[in-house]
Amino acid sequence: MKKRTFLPECYILLVLLLLYLPIAVVVAYSFNDTKLFHWAGFTFDWYGKLMRNRSIIDAFFNSLKLAALSSLSAAVLGTVGAVGVSRRHFRGRASLENLSLIPIMVPEIILGMAYLAFFSFLRLPMGMLTLTLAHTTFCVPYIFVNVKARLTGLDPAITEAARDLGAGGIRVFFDITLPLILPSVMSGTLLAFAMSMDDVIISFFTTGVQTNTLPLQVYSMLKTGVTPEVNALCTVMLGAVFLLVAVGRLAASLRRGLGGSAPKPPQFFEKN
Amino acid sequence: MAETILSLQNIHKTFGTAEALSGVSLEVEQGEFLTLLGPSGCGKTTTLRIIAGLESPDSGRVLLQGQDVTDWEPNRRNVNTVFQSYALFPHMNVAKNIGYGLRLKKTPKPEISRRVEEMLELVQLPGYGGRMPNQLSGGQRQRVAIARAIVNDPAVLLLDEPLGALDLQLRRQMQTELKALQKDLGITFIYITHDQEEALNMSDRIGIMNAGKILQLGTPDDVYERPQTRFAAEFIGQSNILHASVEQVCADGTLLLSFAGGRVKAAGTGHPGEKLVLSVRTERVRFGAESQYGFALPGTVKAHSYTGGMLRTTLLLPDGQELTVNGMGGGHSRAGVGESVQVYWNPACAVIVEREGTP
Amino acid sequence: MNKRQNRFPVAAVPFLLWTVVFVAVPLLYILCMSFLKRAQTWGVVAEFSLDSYARMFTPTYLKVYAQSMWLAVLTTLFTLLIGYPFSYFVSRLPERRRSLVLLLVVVPFWTNSLVRIYGWMILLRSQGVINTLLIALGVIDTPLKLLYNFGAVLVGMIYALLPFMILSTYSAIEKLDPSLVEAARDLGAGRWRAFWTVTVPMTRAGIMAGCVLVFIPSVGLFFISDLLGGAKTMLLGNLIKNELLTARDWPMGAALSVVMMVMTLLVIGIYQKCSGERGLEGIL
Repeated sequence: MKKRTFLPECYILLVLLLLYLPIAVVVAYSFNDTKLFHWAGFTFDWYGKLMRNRSIIDAFFNSLKLAALSSLSAAVLGTVGAVGVSRRHFRGRASLENLSLIPIMVPEIILGMAYLAFFSFLRLPMGMLTLTLAHTTFCVPYIFVNVKARLTGLDPAITEAARDLGAGGIRVFFDITLPLILPSVMSGTLLAFAMSMDDVIISFFTTGVQTNTLPLQVYSMLKTGVTPEVNALCTVMLGAVFLLVAVGRLAASLRRGLGGSAPKPPQFFEKN
Repeated sequence: MAETILSLQNIHKTFGTAEALSGVSLEVEQGEFLTLLGPSGCGKTTTLRIIAGLESPDSGRVLLQGQDVTDWEPNRRNVNTVFQSYALFPHMNVAKNIGYGLRLKKTPKPEISRRVEEMLELVQLPGYGGRMPNQLSGGQRQRVAIARAIVNDPAVLLLDEPLGALDLQLRRQMQTELKALQKDLGITFIYITHDQEEALNMSDRIGIMNAGKILQLGTPDDVYERPQTRFAAEFIGQSNILHASVEQVCADGTLLLSFAGGRVKAAGTGHPGEKLVLSVRTERVRFGAESQYGFALPGTVKAHSYTGGMLRTTLLLPDGQELTVNGMGGGHSRAGVGESVQVYWNPACAVIVEREGTP
Repeated sequence: MNKRQNRFPVAAVPFLLWTVVFVAVPLLYILCMSFLKRAQTWGVVAEFSLDSYARMFTPTYLKVYAQSMWLAVLTTLFTLLIGYPFSYFVSRLPERRRSLVLLLVVVPFWTNSLVRIYGWMILLRSQGVINTLLIALGVIDTPLKLLYNFGAVLVGMIYALLPFMILSTYSAIEKLDPSLVEAARDLGAGRWRAFWTVTVPMTRAGIMAGCVLVFIPSVGLFFISDLLGGAKTMLLGNLIKNELLTARDWPMGAALSVVMMVMTLLVIGIYQKCSGERGLEGIL
């Protein structure tokens, strides 16, 4: 019998602890009864202050609106685009695909700079419109890549069978392709939503004076001073995320119990 | 003579620089079971996809029931396909899969469920309508794929190596069932396989394909006993390929040829001095010194190998060539290794597959 | 190929159009802008000039590039050193625990990244958690200066980008056929030797993808150096931001972006050369 060590498990645990350490600190400080850094007792005050802080609440809803709008428009663009180019051979396909991935490959600041210049050149008023255009652009690749990977993994005979049985192009898309790629569309959209919610750099360059997103609001608060409301806000968001993840896991394991397929480990992008 | 339901006229197709089909012509009769047999890459699947409309030919026409359908989309053609991978819709249950074609034709719901039930009975899967494809075995998926295609009453059913993924036992059983189904329904089947046994066993006619061409088209008996090309002789069954030259044209219509230092006879025409390539099926070669056919080829036994019921003997001929003889185990053929023997065959079984100058 | 499949994909037109208008055109626009002269107050003058590129080679700028590159290299190195063993160990866990651990790696992504950086600020501050703890334990007397220096920025970068490295290397390690390692062991390789001669080379593509995914963003994440480095640690990203918003020198900002873009393409090119991947998707 080989000697069993717990070293790997300990290492995994240690890295996870480090990943969660700053988050845990933020959660803990959201209940700290002082603006300073020592522990001064338990309080819910910051949550009350958070509720009354109009600028945070406004920024939060702006971000929510922006993320929903951009990730959904990107979902349509990316999905239809991926289905459109899959199994087609046309000139310049590879270059166009690489071009479409640029928004998530290059440092965000390049796009931020480019949009600031480009939108001022077009004389677009900086605000929700410019934010949405910019966010949609960097959301599209997440969905495109995800859906394309799924399409590549699909047996081409399945859509051919549908055509063979009498379905036209549109019917094939709605009856066969869309239901089969829907999980990838959703996971891509969800990822895009999260990326939009969390974006600092591109928003920094494309927003106007009137419009604030949550990350920008947090950024300016962190730069100017310590504000425990932010801790409270983050704790709330973190709680929501964990709740969603837990519900998702539960749903997946229920489905597995009913004979569905086992949930895959999470990944940013589906691989085939 | 039954009427022609499908005809391919001089179909050419290239993928990039590779020529997949170079002039395929084919007439398929109403109600027949036609098999395209060939090694992988011979163009048989491309032929099928062109009939289905999933590929379009570079040139040539496809006529279905007398109508030119070459430029029709697959969904307009009255042919259906059973795909090699089955291609069942993974997100629909069995009943939905089978009823898909009918739903597209706006068939009334009660009619659809009646037909689906009928089909499930026919393919021996009653009560399976609610199952999902991933809950079925390979054989069951195969049956669903067939039901999904034939429920639409296609003029021609195309089957692309439908039994390829099944194990041997199940494959044999499905061969019988498929053949019976085809006879019952009277639907024209175009069947693709690289398995010669399957082709010989099921087909009314077999088309042997290689390198984008149909080399020979005929009944199983025809293509087996009278291969017209060396490829056909070697691809189906086991043949001895003999390079011989004509010595004399005999009065009974046979040829006397010199081969490997001896003399052999073959059926066919020729002129003295002509060099021919003959195919003789290994199981048609007989041991014996005296034959009613007037020739005997001497040789030495090089090796025996026993292959379950059959004994395969390799002979060394005087000039160093080898000849294979397949016979029932035991009996007089059991000459020991190193012994001298003589063999002969019915000249009708020695078929000319190549002539000098026609490679 | 089917003739029908060779036709230009009509369905993809909106996607392609969007890509051209909102990716290609803006990038070309800043490329042009980088060759123009800056206007007196705001914007650019339509006059060809190489001023911006010339100014890039002054010592102040060169120092920032060096610092930014050094930070990117260190970040990549550390995330690899931490992330690869992590992925390797995770891939050997039983399946249920494996997907739970990966989920836990991904979940922080769904929370606000600024807040996670803020967590480090709380930890590293002179009256922060670490210093308080160390003083309480008697290890030190006076608080260490942990925040607002290069080290703090490095910690923040590693922290922010580690999950990318983990996910890239994990997906490569997971795909590795375990029988290859077994074969190496069978042929007499020890545990370490099998790891270095089979596991690591076979997962090279994942390692390289992870390095690209970490290296590229690490030159641009200006908010991390802003918050954790004070004003002392400048990244290429900070430089661009300052040119645009403080100095209002747009051509200079554009020129720096062009340089960064070229550098990015260079890194991707090296990746493609070494990994044999042609498309960009292999990285993701």
